[in-house]
Amino acid sequence: MPLIELDQVSKVYRMGDVEVHALREVSLTVEERDFVAVMGSSGSGKSTLMNIIGCLDRPTGGAYRLDGAEVSRLDRRQLAGVRNKTLGFVFQSFNLLSRTSALENVELPLLYGGVPARERHRRASEALGRVGLADRVHHRSNEMSGGQQQRVAVARALVTRPRLILADEPTGNLDSRTTVEIMVLFQELATAGITILLVTHEPDVAAYASRVLVMRDGRVRTDERQRARRAVDDLAATAPPDEEPPKGPPDDEPRKAPPADEPRKASA
Amino acid sequence: MIPLETFRVALRALLRNKMRSFLTVLGIIIGVGAVIAMVAIGEGAKAQVEASFASMGSNLLIVLPGSTQSSGARGGFGTMPTLTWDDLAAIRREAPAVRYAAVQLRSNAQLMSDDQNWATSVSGTSPEYFLIRSWKAARGRSLLDSDVDASAKVVVLGQTVVDKLYGAVDPIGQTVRIKNIPFEIVGVMEKKGQSPMGQDYDDCAFVPQSTFQSKIQGGLQKFISGTIFIGATSTDSTARAETQVTDLLRDRHHLDSAADDDFSIRNLTEMANAQADGMRTLTTLLASIAGVSLLVGGIGIMNIMLVSVTERTREIGVRMAVGATPLNILLQFLVEALTLAVAGGLVGVALGIFTAGRLAAKFGWPTLVRPDIVLISVCFSGLVGVVFGLYPARKASQLDPIDALRYE
Repeated sequence: MPLIELDQVSKVYRMGDVEVHALREVSLTVEERDFVAVMGSSGSGKSTLMNIIGCLDRPTGGAYRLDGAEVSRLDRRQLAGVRNKTLGFVFQSFNLLSRTSALENVELPLLYGGVPARERHRRASEALGRVGLADRVHHRSNEMSGGQQQRVAVARALVTRPRLILADEPTGNLDSRTTVEIMVLFQELATAGITILLVTHEPDVAAYASRVLVMRDGRVRTDERQRARRAVDDLAATAPPDEEPPKGPPDDEPRKAPPADEPRKASA
Repeated sequence: MIPLETFRVALRALLRNKMRSFLTVLGIIIGVGAVIAMVAIGEGAKAQVEASFASMGSNLLIVLPGSTQSSGARGGFGTMPTLTWDDLAAIRREAPAVRYAAVQLRSNAQLMSDDQNWATSVSGTSPEYFLIRSWKAARGRSLLDSDVDASAKVVVLGQTVVDKLYGAVDPIGQTVRIKNIPFEIVGVMEKKGQSPMGQDYDDCAFVPQSTFQSKIQGGLQKFISGTIFIGATSTDSTARAETQVTDLLRDRHHLDSAADDDFSIRNLTEMANAQADGMRTLTTLLASIAGVSLLVGGIGIMNIMLVSVTERTREIGVRMAVGATPLNILLQFLVEALTLAVAGGLVGVALGIFTAGRLAAKFGWPTLVRPDIVLISVCFSGLVGVVFGLYPARKASQLDPIDALRYE
């Protein structure tokens, strides 16, 4: 059974007298464990698709089954439940609670899921360990770098053990090295069995997915499977800016390789 | 989500903005503080009035004689003696609601000790007078019936007179001269304090009524040249005693139904009640003004909560994205408002009690902090928090998650 099943899903906004067709009868299935990138220019409908799949928005037409259950008719409270139990979100601007520790941020979904404090604590610490922030548990979000904040956000998305993680331009505010670090995380999660849906307009980022959808004018234009680029390899090829150089690269390379020199950096 | 967790989330959000939280509750603090302090002042004044009436005497009626009338100018009550000694005997005998009756014959006179002198009010009376006013001797003894029967030249002094004439010396057994006539001091009365009108009860001297008539005043024998103090049998019977005495005196003075009374009766219990009513009105007035400031404080909370909802739109979006239901969001903001208001209420209570204490110390105003008012104020401020927090909280809970997440 596919995890996501969209059947002729439409979304029409009214802006005054004008009807805006954000989605035009999109039909789509995504199997479990898949890593899908959704591309498209702004206004192509990719964000609307994301919001509907993420149960943040409801379609005006068609049917949407998530994990076999029809969700397009659920009310706000029930949608909140689905978001809490089945979904995880990662946003472009991290969207952590400010002046709040990493741990508390990661605990947030568990809080609304009614998980008792002790278990919440344990699972949040575990999730932070999984994204490599075991030593930053008590740092406040505003004391961390962009890459660290996004890793906290990933930990927050995976702490509920969701079926699907939705990432909306997750690397849009990150430099290329941290972009690769985050993509390593996503590929690990996909391997671990979590389905990933990633919205991006950078082909370099989409290259790490195993399936790429390109949207235009509210329709899926192309839908292709591809051989995903391995993010760990890319990470190994670049020296971290201010850490020990990893073993492998020749010693005569500059220690602080400017990330902008990398060939993947195609668009701003 | 568990209620305790909601409270913790709210508390953490408030502590993240300490300064703003403080400014938000300032209105409530001042409002509750004002209510507590104002009511404490009002209640204190009321208690003082009640106490001073009680010290005048319980269940007290005062009968004043009629007025003189010479060529059209009327002299006011007490200027013409119309009450007779027979009237007094009749009141004692025939008015069932009257427990005690005593005369107070009064004159101002110069009192002289060996080395000091002092002008005060000298009264001629009988032992019942002290029963009516529940007034006991602090030292020595009060007047006795035997003093009255023997026209003894004995005097009982108020504390103020003792202070003026003898200072710290024990005056019992000493001789004081009133209008140059020597009297033996047999007792000093307990301190009574001030009358409701500010008159010093302790600036006085009492002699037996018979002695007063023969030595100090002279003249009238049949009429009472003073007032009659009446103690009713109970607080409830003061009105009945008033009617009985009125009927009895009108009958004895042969007044037909068209004629005015040739005496007047002051009902001290009613005066006390009227005064207490006035104080209650004052308290209510002060409390209402203070209550308005509490209301304004509530509007302040609503204002800041609305700003807070707008400012934290993204946060609300994030919370919704990770699974907060509209109810979770509603409760979070409602609990924030409630926490602010109740915390403000508690601080306000402390401020109010402190202010009342300071006022009492500085101006000598009597204050009385009533626990029930404290409780009501805190509950009311909680209610203010809920009422004024509801609108912003509803607004927050009905945000669209997508719009909230995109909000800049």
